[in-house]
Amino acid sequence: MTHALELNGITKRFGTLTANDDVTLTLDQGEILALLGENGAGKTTLMNILFGHYAADEGAVRVFGAELPSGNPRAAIEAGVGMVHQHFTLAGNLTVLDNVMLGSEPLTRVRSARSDAQDKLMQIADKFGLPVMPEARVSTLSVGERQRVEILKALYRDARILILDEPTAVLARPEAIRLFETLRDMTKEGLSLIFISHKLHEVMAASDRVAVLRGGKMVAERTTSESSASELAELMVGRKVERPVRQDHKIGAPVLVANKIRVEDTDKARLDDVSFTVHAGEILGIVGVSGNGQAALGALLSGLMPPTAGELTLAGQDVSDLGPREVIRAGAGRVPEDRHAEGVVGELSLWENAVLERLRTPEFSRRGFVRQSAARAYSAKLIERFDIRGATPDTRIGLLSGGNMQKLILGRVLANNPRFVLANQPTRGLDEGAIAAVHAELLTARADGAAILLISEELEEAVALSDRIQAIVKGRLSEPISADEADPQRLGLMMAGVWTEDDDAA
Amino acid sequence: MRLERRTNVPLHLVVLAPLTAVFAALFLAAGLIAAAGVNPLAAYAEMLTGAFGSRLSITEMLTRATPLIFTGLAAAVAFRARLWNIGGEGQFFVGALVTAGLGHSLGVPGWIGIPLLMLAGMVAGALLLAGPAFLRLRFGVDEVVTTLLLNFIVILFVGLMIEGPMRDPLAFGWPSSVPVDGEFRLPELIPRSRLHIGLLFAIAAAAAVWMVLARTVFGAETRAAGMNASAAAFAGISLPRTIMGVALLSGALAGLAGSIEVMGVTAGVTTTMSPGFGYAGIVVAMLAALHPAGVVAAAVFVATVFVGADAMSRATGIPSFIADVIVALSLLTMLVALLLTTYRVRR
Repeated sequence: MTHALELNGITKRFGTLTANDDVTLTLDQGEILALLGENGAGKTTLMNILFGHYAADEGAVRVFGAELPSGNPRAAIEAGVGMVHQHFTLAGNLTVLDNVMLGSEPLTRVRSARSDAQDKLMQIADKFGLPVMPEARVSTLSVGERQRVEILKALYRDARILILDEPTAVLARPEAIRLFETLRDMTKEGLSLIFISHKLHEVMAASDRVAVLRGGKMVAERTTSESSASELAELMVGRKVERPVRQDHKIGAPVLVANKIRVEDTDKARLDDVSFTVHAGEILGIVGVSGNGQAALGALLSGLMPPTAGELTLAGQDVSDLGPREVIRAGAGRVPEDRHAEGVVGELSLWENAVLERLRTPEFSRRGFVRQSAARAYSAKLIERFDIRGATPDTRIGLLSGGNMQKLILGRVLANNPRFVLANQPTRGLDEGAIAAVHAELLTARADGAAILLISEELEEAVALSDRIQAIVKGRLSEPISADEADPQRLGLMMAGVWTEDDDAA
Repeated sequence: MRLERRTNVPLHLVVLAPLTAVFAALFLAAGLIAAAGVNPLAAYAEMLTGAFGSRLSITEMLTRATPLIFTGLAAAVAFRARLWNIGGEGQFFVGALVTAGLGHSLGVPGWIGIPLLMLAGMVAGALLLAGPAFLRLRFGVDEVVTTLLLNFIVILFVGLMIEGPMRDPLAFGWPSSVPVDGEFRLPELIPRSRLHIGLLFAIAAAAAVWMVLARTVFGAETRAAGMNASAAAFAGISLPRTIMGVALLSGALAGLAGSIEVMGVTAGVTTTMSPGFGYAGIVVAMLAALHPAGVVAAAVFVATVFVGADAMSRATGIPSFIADVIVALSLLTMLVALLLTTYRVRR
């Protein structure tokens, strides 16, 4: 039997870097294959070769037995390969139907065949269980709905093989579960799927077979049901990695206290009646589905957005209206949600980023001039202490991997011995090795008596690190529960906003 | 074909980019020269002779380069912070106007008056850019539009002043302001030429700007804010303060260009005293890849084209507007060259 898809001996080099090294892979019809690997293992490169975005240096791609010409996305589409990118390629100001039709309509046609297209779209949506409103503007859709449009766009072009690049990266847990159910149904219609992931639990839950890439090489192939998460983790990282475990210890006095805080942005309440307390030596986890006020909470605690009502005190000092530099001086350290957008200036060197928050302190400036040698020496120490790999103080920070970039951000925060640390999605997009390192640093800071507020969408992470957990829903916070009482079901209910009933029952 | 971002831009490309851009621009302009029936090589030889062939031509070229260094620095400083100051021309003229207006019956000796007049020109230029910068920060008004349109307003205002209150009665109907007093004329740098010590000020300004950008906290904050505004804000860098600081510095440099041009060359203000120094400053800054040292070199190139084109025009009959064409082409080719240094083309 011919395979739906066959990659044979694919090699791709970028300068001195070999992104894919002699990778061979097959996909059968109606199968879900997970392509597992850490960031930088070569997963996305491989899929881009398959889709024709890159031309392979060696090797061949066969779709249903026919070889694809290399480096030609149109040929890939015509052969029935569809790709759903991690970052959506939709035009927000157009409707769903327009987006789906975009690019598949001949330029020379005088009248656009909208009604035919709509019929076809609705038929596909029906067949694969992907309900959409064809005339809705894409900018009004949720992330999950947008992804559905991306998938429909591929199916509209008669894709028989669908590639999904990190499909759950932008989804909340329930949406992700729904997505995988849909994908499973789609295979019953004869589709073959590859999804790229570095999340073990979803690979275990959703795939038939797993191919593990490491350092550009195919290191293992397993039937999912015959493997285990721990085996796959080891294959992916190449060594045994265990996340550190939180040790019980005595919790200290309150450090950061928020009292009935309200934050408004463009006349809308982002946080409402929010109260919490973080104690010395404690990690307070804030869990929730993305978009429920985490951004405002992060901005509030970073000194970027003052509250319109309520009070925020740090070690007794009112810090409600302080800016970033002043809250740092008051003893706060901040790890931003998006390290690329807010954490670092990618074009600048490591040392410039290391001292960015404290440029105006006497430690790093004198009479308006930057003390470059002091800053370089300081960042060399950070590199050493926080194990930032492949970097010198003069390395452009944009060249570092996400994990090493995060270690620098965490390092510049923790090197100050802050009394309070905001860790906003500290491991998002990181691979297992880097996650373990970040967790270890946070736990060390906790052991040293820092009060840490952890905002996370990863439940495992929140439960593993936090002493207490509160859920954030539509800008409001639940009552805290102890991490020992936090099971997935209870957290799921809290994140859905049903904590009041829960309290009544108790 | 697709563009891939380079992880590292090698130094030789940084140097090669403007040179290649200049040669490409000259090559493209050669087509026009040939179309006018002149051998392009002969024409360019005339141009080089016109800018470097004699003591007079070299001093003329450097005289022309002096304001270009200032306006080039003004553009470079602003562009680094993503403040698109297209108003160098207007800032040049307010600097010139204020200097000419105050430059007589001041009652102080030259060594006090000249720095004071330079300061006045700087303040005028800075204030002219502060307005658009404020509008952008407060209301999000695009500064490209406001600074560009202010140029025309300022030049019309200069016309109004020199036809009216500032008119020089001794100029026999030629619209010009009353010239500044003799003690406020900048000393010659080379005797019996128009080259004045303003050139030294320009080079010193380039060094000072380099120092500010590369070594000071303000420079570091400007760079961070220009490259990633939200990361800069997260780190506690005040964006309004940084943008306003950049605007004041940029406007002051362009205003200083006008002030020095009045005291060094024209003595009075006329509406024709600038062949587009403010606009050419943008080209200079881009050719220099926004680097202060590069600004000096790029200003010399643009001045060479301007001065050389006049000589070429006299010798071959090609209109000297070819200078504008070459300068404009070199901006376009430089943009392509910058793209190719940041990205590599892959099949």
